[in-house]
Amino acid sequence: MTDTSHKTQTTDRVGPVAHFMRATEIDPRLLGMVGALVLIGVGFHVYSALYMGGGTFLTPRNLWNLSVQTASIGIMATGMVLVIITRNIDLSVGSLVGVTAMIMGILQVEILPKYLGLGSPYIWIITLVVGIVAGTLIGAFHGWLTAFCDIPSFIVTLGGLLIWRSAAFLVANGKTISPVDETFALLGGGPYGAIGATGSWIVGLLACAGLIWLAFRSRSNRRMHGFALRPVWAEGIMTVLACGLVIGAVLVVNAYPWPKGILTQYYGKLGQPVPDGVFISHGFAYPVLILVAVGVVMSILMKSTRFGRYVFAIGGNPEAAALAGINTRSMTVKIFALMGGLSGLAGVVASARLNSATNALGVGDELFVIAAAVIGGTSLAGGVGTIYGAILGALVMKSLQTGMVLIGFDTAVQNMVVGAVLVLAVWLDNTYRKRIK
Amino acid sequence: MTTNRGTPLVELRDISISFGGIKAVDHVTVDLYPGEVVGLLGHNGAGKSTLIKCLSGAYQADSGDILINGAKVEITNPRDARAQNIETIYQTLALADNLDAASNLFLGRELVNGMGFVDEAKMEAETRKIMHRLNPNFKKFSVPVNALSGGQRQSVAIARAVYFNARILIMDEPTAALGPHETQMVSELIQELKAQGLGIFLIEHDIHNVMKLCDRASVMKNGQLVGTVNVADVTDEDILSMIILGKKPAKAA
Repeated sequence: MTDTSHKTQTTDRVGPVAHFMRATEIDPRLLGMVGALVLIGVGFHVYSALYMGGGTFLTPRNLWNLSVQTASIGIMATGMVLVIITRNIDLSVGSLVGVTAMIMGILQVEILPKYLGLGSPYIWIITLVVGIVAGTLIGAFHGWLTAFCDIPSFIVTLGGLLIWRSAAFLVANGKTISPVDETFALLGGGPYGAIGATGSWIVGLLACAGLIWLAFRSRSNRRMHGFALRPVWAEGIMTVLACGLVIGAVLVVNAYPWPKGILTQYYGKLGQPVPDGVFISHGFAYPVLILVAVGVVMSILMKSTRFGRYVFAIGGNPEAAALAGINTRSMTVKIFALMGGLSGLAGVVASARLNSATNALGVGDELFVIAAAVIGGTSLAGGVGTIYGAILGALVMKSLQTGMVLIGFDTAVQNMVVGAVLVLAVWLDNTYRKRIK
Repeated sequence: MTTNRGTPLVELRDISISFGGIKAVDHVTVDLYPGEVVGLLGHNGAGKSTLIKCLSGAYQADSGDILINGAKVEITNPRDARAQNIETIYQTLALADNLDAASNLFLGRELVNGMGFVDEAKMEAETRKIMHRLNPNFKKFSVPVNALSGGQRQSVAIARAVYFNARILIMDEPTAALGPHETQMVSELIQELKAQGLGIFLIEHDIHNVMKLCDRASVMKNGQLVGTVNVADVTDEDILSMIILGKKPAKAA
């Protein structure tokens, strides 16, 4: 408890809460979002328990579905953080989901089987790569128009919103392409598109090991350079909490068993009867793992690479960034290309989950994605934002939405609530920022 | 010390640049020797900052040459200037307000480890070292620079220029936002860097600082060079009349 090094941080007398916050260096916004999630979860659960004859929100089934539904918005929100930090906006991401999904649909259903044969193991990977590359190219084009033709990104991507949505329609004249390649469909989740109980434990334990390693590394790094260390108890609490969350997630996804229909189908294929009392866990769904992987890679990109540094610098002061020798234009192209690539990846997840490509896929996603980034603490004034915040923001948005679906709210009411929450969240955030200044 | 001392460290030869038909810099030639401070003077809008931005890579001259140690160089962007060991402290400081001191100091030149990742701890350690030398009172290493006072921000900008072993230093009104004590610190720093053999272009409005710090002074008016004088040979009145009237004193010709 009495680490000499942290005395420097707490020179004045503060209450226990403030002391805890300072010692652990928790971002208060993170606490706010976790609080909001808990509130939403408990609120909907209690409501459904009281009025609908049984709590339906905080069940393994709903939470598992929620995690899958968050994936495509969450993937795009991580990219939107970069776009907004550099004082741009991308309104075209929903349309990009649509157009890349249509391209991939045509490719894997109508083109590739002709050459590779139906069900070829190469189909899904070629489709995936083509989808992401298509998104990246479109994004790069948007970035080029913004950076080199000096058209505001709002206009470029507003045009993109209309153009790419219509392109998605024209690719197949409005037809729905279905069903997608079987392996490809696994990327969208579903009973087979998850890694099962054992796999989830392996992933969970690896994640815990990673978290502990990170804590030790940052400590030894700070010590090596003689910086003030966080108190051991604070470091310990944070690591235990993080690992606890991971283990909790593993327990939840493993508590959701395959439904009867899937069991019958599965054992039917094996030519066996369904054993009595069999319990096959879903485990983490692939799209969730994709989201986590994207989140980790993007966080490293933002925190530990020059690219990420430049994103923040451009957001903070574009002129200073240019004077420091940063090529701000090529950065803009790269950021939009990244956003496009992530939209393509989201298109993969969304169309795989639906098991079909439709030209309406991802309609309105841009608003959810921007809302997720902003609720997650990304400042529209530029220069500020975090990847984990955006993913949590996506989770907040999707929790609200699924919660309202569960308790039977109309779509119209849902949208009103989501809109109101967005405005309220930004107001709270602004008020809070002013107070700490 | 004005007589021919061989090749100048920097020579800006016959530089012109115009914006939308207005000649911001009109055939101006200035030079700078190692261990020398050359003051650039003139009214606001005389073209001093524009001229200097051609050297720092922020602008590209329409015509004219830049020579470093007698050799012609192409400076098309700030990276080129940095590659020639030209460092600039801009009037606006050019700091990213949302980043901390270390991130600003190493902006565009981040230290990376063997895997190509930014080495944050090392950058902070280096920043602590240089700041300790320049401004021992500086303690705010982990807050964004918009939480710093004007003087502290200035010392971050100066640290950035000094850290990377500049040979040529451009200072655009380095003391404009500073209190007397900090101004004194900057003056001492200029003397120290000069003694180390750096060449310094100093844009300065305060005539007393010019008389105290500069070896020569080049005066500009309406984009043109009025003249360059040895500070030791003239009075502050002479320099003021150059600035205001655009006339070069006869005796210093």
